[in-house]
Amino acid sequence: MADLTKGPRGAKPRKILSRRNIMLYGILFVISVYYLLPLYVMVVTSLKGMPEIRLGNIFSPPVEITFQPWVKAWAQACTGLNCDGLSRGFWNSVQITVPSVILSIAVAAVNGYALSLWKFRGAETFFAILIVGAFIPYQVMIYPIVIILREIGIYGTLWGLVLVHTIFGMPILTLLFRNYFSSVPEELFKAARVDGAGFWGIFLRIMVPMSLPIFVVALILQVTGIWNDFLFGVIYTRPDTYPMTVQLNNIVNSVQGVKEYNVNMAATLLTGLVPLIIYFISGKLFVRGIAAGAVKG
Amino acid sequence: MSTSPRPYRLLRNLNAKIASVPMILTALVIFVGGTAWTVFYSFTDSKLLPRLRFVGLDQYERLWSTGRWLTSIENLLIYGVLTLIFSLVIGFLLAVLLDQKIRFEDTFRTIFLYPFALSFIVTGLVWQWILNPEFGVQNVVRSLGFTEFVFDPLYDPDIVIYGVLIAGLWQGTGLIMCLMLAGLRGIDEDIWKAARIDGIPTWKTYIFIIIPMMRPVFVTTLVIIMSGIVKVYDLVVAQTGGGPGNASEVPAKYVYDFMFAAQNLGQGFAASTMMLLSVVIIVVPWAYLEFGGKRRG
Repeated sequence: MADLTKGPRGAKPRKILSRRNIMLYGILFVISVYYLLPLYVMVVTSLKGMPEIRLGNIFSPPVEITFQPWVKAWAQACTGLNCDGLSRGFWNSVQITVPSVILSIAVAAVNGYALSLWKFRGAETFFAILIVGAFIPYQVMIYPIVIILREIGIYGTLWGLVLVHTIFGMPILTLLFRNYFSSVPEELFKAARVDGAGFWGIFLRIMVPMSLPIFVVALILQVTGIWNDFLFGVIYTRPDTYPMTVQLNNIVNSVQGVKEYNVNMAATLLTGLVPLIIYFISGKLFVRGIAAGAVKG
Repeated sequence: MSTSPRPYRLLRNLNAKIASVPMILTALVIFVGGTAWTVFYSFTDSKLLPRLRFVGLDQYERLWSTGRWLTSIENLLIYGVLTLIFSLVIGFLLAVLLDQKIRFEDTFRTIFLYPFALSFIVTGLVWQWILNPEFGVQNVVRSLGFTEFVFDPLYDPDIVIYGVLIAGLWQGTGLIMCLMLAGLRGIDEDIWKAARIDGIPTWKTYIFIIIPMMRPVFVTTLVIIMSGIVKVYDLVVAQTGGGPGNASEVPAKYVYDFMFAAQNLGQGFAASTMMLLSVVIIVVPWAYLEFGGKRRG
């Protein structure tokens, strides 16, 4: 078939500067400006001094560029009695995110593997509960979890929050891994079993090495999701272990003192920087991750 | 295998069962147990600590006669309906624009989607700054000569929820666009050819052929948007703090405030049970359509 149609296929190529194209790109350009505006405003505001902000307009570029707001946001901004800036929240977030991501992915990957290739009676029922549970508003479950964490003795600690992230990351991650492992050819699995490999052997030596892309998707999903979390951070940690988002909100929305908008915007940008960098580096994989994780809301 | 008679059935496939322990615990203890616990305790008069003194539907009666709760429900309805309409319309239109075989599609998609990588806290704080009447959009327009121009949604109790809506749409429409774009790409190219041969205008093809064909995508997107709406919390906390007064209160914030600040657990439990109920109302018809429909077809 393909050989018969050597000639050009599809619609006639249009002129690049047709009226349709000018309109199309014009509209896309205007919408892009709207979407980029807040990012632009954050950047220019964070580079201005306060006198310039009071006089000028928020869209104008800084006349005199200063990095003082960034320094202040990072190292000196106050929340309550602590005046060591957002750096404290940053390191807290790192300490929360790294173990949460590792633990949640490890648990969900093994779980998804068991659900797809080593089904046991009742497994599907628990999985169904897990997926339905993803739709339950967190507010319904937060207080019982407070009690459980208090009983185990990790309420208010980083590990309590890590556990919470592992629990609430489980539905979507398990779904992700289960679907992926289900698409693995069964012959491969059977051949490995004939060769004497067991549950963990097949997982570690065959499944994990061949499913790196899905691990990357899960990684992107979890790092951005956990980094951006606010609700769990504010409930399950104490002021000195608050993650970055909580601390940011406390810095910007504190009622005491003079509002320093440039410091606030520098702090906001700093907090948004981690997920933004991940987003711009990961590109298409991020899209895949959110398409899978969208259910998480 | 031959040496595994009945008594050892529990031990068969033991590794898979061990691997599923976190899932089973999460499903049973947190999702089922936690939810049941909260619903159960919503019928008690728990204050600072949960206690088992039943008061029937008292908490619910009090809830529905509290002005603040009614405001939060009203806000959720306005925010929800408008978010639903606008995200579907904007998301679909953006997807259609990007589907016109344009150049730089990846660039435009990256621009429209990047806000989704940012947390609601960051989103709320940026838009708080842009909508600041003293320095933001209002000030800029006034300095252009329109000295009477008024645009301060975050300081006007009547329209504050629309200010939150602007920020919410900016953050979330990119995701909807991505889902819609995936839907558009899933449509068979032959449909387009057939429509072109029949001389049907493009816009008519979209409305009468493509959109009905994308029904599953729309349904999934609808559920994603709606389950996100019920959970809206961080955005309001960051952008308005629920103010001015209680004008931008939402249910999730009401729950948090009563559980952890007002120390009126019973009210918090009752309010969160109402949130659960609203999700049930959304998800059950969807599950019925999705899974009941498959059986029929």
